[in-house]
Amino acid sequence: MRTMMITAVLLTLGVASPAYANLNVFACEPEWGALATEIGGDKVSVFTATQGGQDPHQVQARPGLIARARNADISVCTGAELEIAWLPAIVQQTANPKIRPGAPGAFEASSYVTLLEVPARLDRAEGDIHALGNPHVQTDPNNILRIAKPLADRFSQLDPANASTYAARLADFSTRWQAALAKWQAQAAPLKGVSIAVSHLSWRYMEDWLGLKRIVALEPKPGVPPSAGYLAQVVDTLQKTPAKFVIRAAYEDQRPSLFIADKMQMKAVTMPFTIGGTPEAKDLFSLYDDTINRLLAAAKG
Amino acid sequence: MIRVHHRANVPIWALAGASLFWLAPPALAAAEDDLAGIRNEISKLRQDYEMKIKDLEERLQKAETDAQAARAAAAAAQTAPSAVAAAPSPPAPPSAPEPLPTPRAPASQNAFNPVIAAVLNGFIVGASRDPSAARIPGFQLGDEAGGPQRGFSIGESEVALSANIDPFLFGSLNLSFGNDNSLGVEEGYIQTIGLGGGLTLKAGRFFSGIGYINERHAHDWSFSDAPLPYRAFLNNQYGDDGIQARWLAPTNIFLEFGAEWYRGASFPAAGAANRGKGTATAFVHAGGDINQSSSWLAGLSYLHARAENRDFGGDIFTGDSNLGIASAVYKWAPNGNPVVRNLVVSGEYFFGNEDGAFNGIPVDRTHSGWYVQGVYQFVPRWSFGLRYARLRTGDVDPLLAGSTLDDLGRIPYAATALLEFDTSEFGRLRLQYSHDESDFKPLDEILFQYTVIYGPHGAHRY
Repeated sequence: MRTMMITAVLLTLGVASPAYANLNVFACEPEWGALATEIGGDKVSVFTATQGGQDPHQVQARPGLIARARNADISVCTGAELEIAWLPAIVQQTANPKIRPGAPGAFEASSYVTLLEVPARLDRAEGDIHALGNPHVQTDPNNILRIAKPLADRFSQLDPANASTYAARLADFSTRWQAALAKWQAQAAPLKGVSIAVSHLSWRYMEDWLGLKRIVALEPKPGVPPSAGYLAQVVDTLQKTPAKFVIRAAYEDQRPSLFIADKMQMKAVTMPFTIGGTPEAKDLFSLYDDTINRLLAAAKG
Repeated sequence: MIRVHHRANVPIWALAGASLFWLAPPALAAAEDDLAGIRNEISKLRQDYEMKIKDLEERLQKAETDAQAARAAAAAAQTAPSAVAAAPSPPAPPSAPEPLPTPRAPASQNAFNPVIAAVLNGFIVGASRDPSAARIPGFQLGDEAGGPQRGFSIGESEVALSANIDPFLFGSLNLSFGNDNSLGVEEGYIQTIGLGGGLTLKAGRFFSGIGYINERHAHDWSFSDAPLPYRAFLNNQYGDDGIQARWLAPTNIFLEFGAEWYRGASFPAAGAANRGKGTATAFVHAGGDINQSSSWLAGLSYLHARAENRDFGGDIFTGDSNLGIASAVYKWAPNGNPVVRNLVVSGEYFFGNEDGAFNGIPVDRTHSGWYVQGVYQFVPRWSFGLRYARLRTGDVDPLLAGSTLDDLGRIPYAATALLEFDTSEFGRLRLQYSHDESDFKPLDEILFQYTVIYGPHGAHRY
C-alpha cells in the first residue's frame, strides 16, 4: 500500500525522466547551457541554473536547483571557484556521483583556458578573490572555441552512442564560430586602445581580446562594494587618466557606475556579460554581437 | 610520491654500476680472443644498459607526469578544499592552443589537511533580568533554553574540521567551546558521498534534519537566539548520537524524505531510554522555484522521544514525548540576485504531546507553539528583521497546580527585532532587541553581537 502511494505521489509530481534526450545537462551559467545545446542538439536536455541577470558568484542553493542536479548526467560549469558559494552545497545534497568533483560528469570550462590574474597573495583581506585566477573566461569568445572541443569529447565519453553526432555538431559549430570571430574582430577594430573603467574585475579576457585598456575598477577589492571615499579616489584617477566609458555587467548594482559616469561626464554601459543579460543577447552569437555593438556605440560618443 | 622515489632508485643504481664498468680498464693482459669475448660482453652489456637507461627515462617521464598531475590535484585541493569545487583538470586537448595553467603549489602532505574553519562570536548584553536563567511557566525546559549572560561574553566558539575520508565517506567534526571554557563535540559524523540514487546515509553525532533551522548551526540562524518553540520543545535544537538516511526523489521539484534513529540522550528524550535507542524522527521536505525571483521550501517533521527520569530544574519526567513540526520558508531576491536586496520569510508550527509521569503524577497533555520571522536586506550589507513567537500549553491535573507544568493562565510570547551589518559574507555585526513575555516578569534584552567565520567555509544550505 505504502509503495503504491509513493508511486502515485511520484507520478503526480512528474518524475523527471530523460524521455528523449540521452544526456541530462546541468549548466551553471547560460553560456555553457547554450554551448551544450550547440554541441549536443537534441541528444541532450539542458537545464540552466542561472539566468542572464543573475550574479553567478552569489546564487542561493535553492531546492529547485538541487532537484535538477539530482538527475544530471553532467554538470557544465565555469569552475575556478566561481560557483563555490553554491554549487558544492547542491552537489553534496544530491548524492549524485556522476557530477561529483573529479567524475567525468563534472565539466569545468575554465580548466581549458589559461587563467589570468592569479592572485599572488591568498588572503581574504584582499576581498573576494579566486585562488585559481579570474574565472570570467566567457568574456572572450575565443575561449568558447577552446572549451567546445573538450565539451564535445566529454559528451562522447559519457554517451559514446552519439559520439558522431557530437563530433559533427562540434565541427559545424567551430566553422560558424570561426567566421563569427573574424567578423567580430573586424567590427571591433575601433575599440583597440580605448580606455575604460569597470565596475568589477569581470572583463580581463574581453579586455585582452579587444585591446581595451582598463584604467580603474569601481571596487576597492573584488566583491567589496565601493565606499564614498573610494569613489572619490576613482574620480581622482580618472581625472589624471581619463577613460572613455564605464562598463558593468547587467547583474551588478548600477549605482557606482552611474555615479562615476555622472561625475566624469562619461557614458555608463550595461553589458550583457552572458546570454539574457540584455534583451539583445539571445544566444551565444548574439551575446558577442551585442557586446561589441554596445562598446562601439559607447566609444563613438 | 613515495612510489615515484622508489621507482627511480633502481635505475640510478644501475646507472652507477654502468659508469663504474666504463671506467674499469678492460682486460689488462688478455689474449686476443679473450679481448673479443670481452668486447662482445661489453656490447651486450651496453645494449643491456641502454635498454635499462631507456626504461629509466620512460619511468622518469612517467614519474614527472604523475607528479605534475598530483601537484595540480594538490593545488586544487589546497585552494578549493571544500572538496567539491575544483576537480583535477584533465590534460589539455590537442586542439587547445594554450597550455594548461601550470601547477601552482608543490605537492605535499599538507594538501590533504582537512578543511578547518573557525567561528567566533562575541556579545554584549543588557537585560532587565538575567536572560540565561530562563523559565517558561507550563514547560519543563532543557538546560540550554536560556539566553546569553549579561555583559561581555564570547558565547560559543566553534572549530570545524571536515574532509573526504576516501572515495566513499566524508567526515566532519565540529568542536564547540563554551563561554565557560568547556569543550563539546557539537557534531562528529561520517556521511556517504555520491552514493547515487539520491540516497545519503549519516552516522555519528549530528543535528537532526527536522524542522527548518534545526539542522543549521546557531551562527547560521537569522537571529542570535533560537525562536521560543525551539527553546521550549527542543532545548534550542535537537542533536544526538545516531543514524540518518535521506532520500532525494528524482522529481523536478525538490522532494526529500528522511528518517533518523537516535540514542535519546538529548532533551526532550532523556536517560537514553530503550537501551539507547530512545528517539526516532521522520521528515519530508519539498521545495522549488516560483519564478526567477522567488523560491520556497516546506517541511513536515515528526519526532518521537522516550524520556526516562528527565531531570531538569528539579522536576522529573518519565514518558513519551511526541512532536510534529510544520515549516515553511519563502525567499525573494530580485532576478535571483540576493546581493543587493533580498527577503527571507519563514515560519514553523510545533504541536506536541507528553504522556507519562511528572514527579510521579500521571500527565497527558498537549502543547503547541509557532513563530514567524522575516529578514529583509534593503541595501547591500544591511538588513533588518522581525520575529514573533508564542507558545500554548494545555491544562494540567489539579495535582500539578503551581508546578512547572502550570502555565498560570499565561500565554508566553516574545517579539524580536534586529538590525544587521555584514562586513562581508564572513563577518556580521548584529544589534538585536527582544521583548519576552514568556516568564512572569517581562524580559527586555538588547544585545550587540559579532559573528565571524574564517578558514575555507563551505556553502550554506538553503
